Amino acid sequence: MRSAAVVQWLHPTDRGLYCAPADVYVDPARPVERAIVTHGHSDHARAGHGAVLATPETVEVMKLRLGADGAGRFEGAAYGEVRNLDGVTVRLVPAGHVLGSAQVVLEWRGQRAVVSGDYKRAADPTCVPFELVPCDVFVTEATFALPVFRHEPAEREVGRLLASLARNPERTHLVGAYGLGKAQRVMRLARDAGYDAPIYLHGALVEMTALYERLGIALGDVRPVPLDAKPADFAGALVLCPPSALGDRWSRRFADPVTAFASGWMRIRGRIRQAGVELPLVISDHADWPDLIATVMETGADDVWVTHGRDDALVYELARRGRKARALSLVGFEDEGE
Amino acid sequence: MQAFALLLDTLSTTPSRNAKLALLTEYFRTTPDPDRGFALAALTDGLFPRLPLRRSLAIQMEGRIDPVLYALSRDYVGDTAETVALMWPEPDVPPVTPGLAETVELLATAAPADVAETLGSLLDRLDARGRWALLKLIGGAPRVGVSARLAKTALAEMGGHPLAEIEEIWHALAPPYTDLFRWLSGQGPRPDAAGKPVFRPLMLSHAIEETDWPGFLPEDFAAEWKWDGIRVQIAAHGTHVRMFSRAGDDISRAFPEIVAAYEGLDVLADGELLVVRSGVVAPFNDLQQRLNRKAVTGRLMREHPAHIRLYDLLIDQNEDLRALSFRERRTRLEAWVAKHRPLLSDVSELVPFSSREDLDALWAETRSSGIEGLMLKRWDSPYLSGRPRGHWFKWKRAALTLDCVLMYAQRGSGKRSSYYSDYTFGVWREIAAGSKDGAPRGDILPGHELVPVGKAYSGMTDAELIEIDRFVRNHTVEQFGPVRAVEPKLVLEIAFDAIFPSARHKSGLAMRFPRIHRIRWDKPAAEADTLDAAQRLVEAAEGGAIAPL
Repeated sequence: MRSAAVVQWLHPTDRGLYCAPADVYVDPARPVERAIVTHGHSDHARAGHGAVLATPETVEVMKLRLGADGAGRFEGAAYGEVRNLDGVTVRLVPAGHVLGSAQVVLEWRGQRAVVSGDYKRAADPTCVPFELVPCDVFVTEATFALPVFRHEPAEREVGRLLASLARNPERTHLVGAYGLGKAQRVMRLARDAGYDAPIYLHGALVEMTALYERLGIALGDVRPVPLDAKPADFAGALVLCPPSALGDRWSRRFADPVTAFASGWMRIRGRIRQAGVELPLVISDHADWPDLIATVMETGADDVWVTHGRDDALVYELARRGRKARALSLVGFEDEGE
Repeated sequence: MQAFALLLDTLSTTPSRNAKLALLTEYFRTTPDPDRGFALAALTDGLFPRLPLRRSLAIQMEGRIDPVLYALSRDYVGDTAETVALMWPEPDVPPVTPGLAETVELLATAAPADVAETLGSLLDRLDARGRWALLKLIGGAPRVGVSARLAKTALAEMGGHPLAEIEEIWHALAPPYTDLFRWLSGQGPRPDAAGKPVFRPLMLSHAIEETDWPGFLPEDFAAEWKWDGIRVQIAAHGTHVRMFSRAGDDISRAFPEIVAAYEGLDVLADGELLVVRSGVVAPFNDLQQRLNRKAVTGRLMREHPAHIRLYDLLIDQNEDLRALSFRERRTRLEAWVAKHRPLLSDVSELVPFSSREDLDALWAETRSSGIEGLMLKRWDSPYLSGRPRGHWFKWKRAALTLDCVLMYAQRGSGKRSSYYSDYTFGVWREIAAGSKDGAPRGDILPGHELVPVGKAYSGMTDAELIEIDRFVRNHTVEQFGPVRAVEPKLVLEIAFDAIFPSARHKSGLAMRFPRIHRIRWDKPAAEADTLDAAQRLVEAAEGGAIAPL
């Protein structure tokens, strides 16, 4: 078995997944000398590394979030560009998760491992679609790895949001959405569905949204919520904010809003109740259960490593399908923000 | 089935009552018969009381759902019906979804041996939302925040009739309520309840206010004790006997001894349902043991014997007495009881008085006599459904209060969703000697820890709500979803009507009608009340007096 040998040069450590011959970590949880970062979400892209290799878009996101000195040195590598790190061939390919998100393809002595980071297979107009790379070892997330998770088509969920806006023309629609990726995807889908009124943003979403526009994702008439906002100004308006702002004092400036939350967790009623929202939207940037299984099977990998999420169900299901899978139980990854 | 599933789903996340009413009215208006009638049944009295859901589901899951994955999923989701609905295998080809009426028909006519298979094939034809709705439908109350009364209110709005007119005929109707909908849409007469025992909406009282006293003439009013049970109406017509709650729900099944006591009589009477042991009224908590029970055991009936204390007589055989004065009805009631001597029943006694001073003295003693207060009824009042002004007054005994410490706060819903408006509070309990657990807060009142005694979300003004919300946000020590644990600093003076033993709470106590009475910003948490003090307020189980120390 070729894959068994991959363990010789790629293995989990308490700082993250480590590729020994290249002396590089993927998405390390603590500062290291050399890091490859799959995408800009804060549990994957941390500050304080010596050098960071990532897609140019992810580099921009990291500089925006962490500052230009968030790492000693940033190096951008476009999708498909091949690098050689001390004999290890490294290439970033699209993961379809958010703008700039990448899978890390590592090859050494005829063996190939793919560290997929977070990914999804569903279409997303704000990022390049997932690219399947056959490999010996596939390292996967498991955020939604339970058979109860089957995400609705995001277009249909945004359609429900727009229908609610039409039905309640006097009520502000306040949509909680993660600030990198989800918020911009919801806006772009709303535009694609013909919604052309201004979209208002909570302050925390303004800069990332502007970056998306600079990187070529047009989002139409987008404005920050003014400081002196009066409830009447927002009757029937679409406002986006981070999920935490839904239950925050900030939300009181809108009279009787319809609160919505765009998240894969909205498939589960207990989570809807907990979030206290009126309009749950099942929109996720992660692969759902059928897509996780299909992706792993399609890679042909006969060894599957599960980094974070609900690894028990995924490991069990893959074993049933004759794939060797194990949980790495890497620390530092969160799934709550989705 | 899809329209109904969408209705249930939308209702379950809609916080406002008006929005729920609008959804229901819209659904009843636009959905054809008999679907809407079955939906109405599902939201009120329920469909399929006897389907073996669990067993059928277990049989059908075999071969469709892996048991290990099911266990992992059920553990995460926390609800069986929801888990099954979400993980049921999706059909390869979009199926023809069954209508609600077809679904009901298939299940209702399936032979017992075929129920499981019928259920399985229905689930195969539905999407996740439809599967969830179907399982909720079969499982009894769908729990989507809609009471039977709200559903009936939607009907009343739809037809432009008073709610009372629907409640009166409700128990003579049956799913799919085609005649009812014909009447509501103006295409037929009001359905006739003739011959069957039906509910007549009750006459309710107002809490007496200071402004009511100046016009109060003692000679115009009768006084009665306010008994602390639940208000009921007994409708008997030969072998048909029903007992209705104040909201018009049929609660006969839980009280077979009362039904038996009124069999053979022909009457509609108003009274209080109590637990009475050897002539002494037990606290409300004893009655609670008998409510919402599906099966009534002989032991339960022996240990918590039900009793009716009669207040009023509405219909005697075919004679409607509701237009008569209270004085005349009262005479008729006493005569009727003397003549028929119904078992497990007596008449609520009139409390003699001649002045406001007499009443004050009587009222002051209600707490120590274990009575909930006084009722004042105009001698000349007819029996009027609803809550007419100026006829009946309730004068509740003074509330009990305890100074409690705020422990947890939870965000409200709807308009209160950005406010911490639901509060859990506790009192101090001495930490048992040698106990190692607990005591994280033993430093505030040495040797003591807080134990929760209740939850309240009303009583404060809007301004106070904002102040408490600010306190919660600034003193959070831990956050679990919408709930925050706060530093034990804020003392809330809690008013409540009674406190009684309860196995459900860590403190062993539970309060009745707790509400925020005052916020004691001035009071240090260490000076809040203790569990001992709370226990001293528990009423003796055998009626009357406060428990000895």
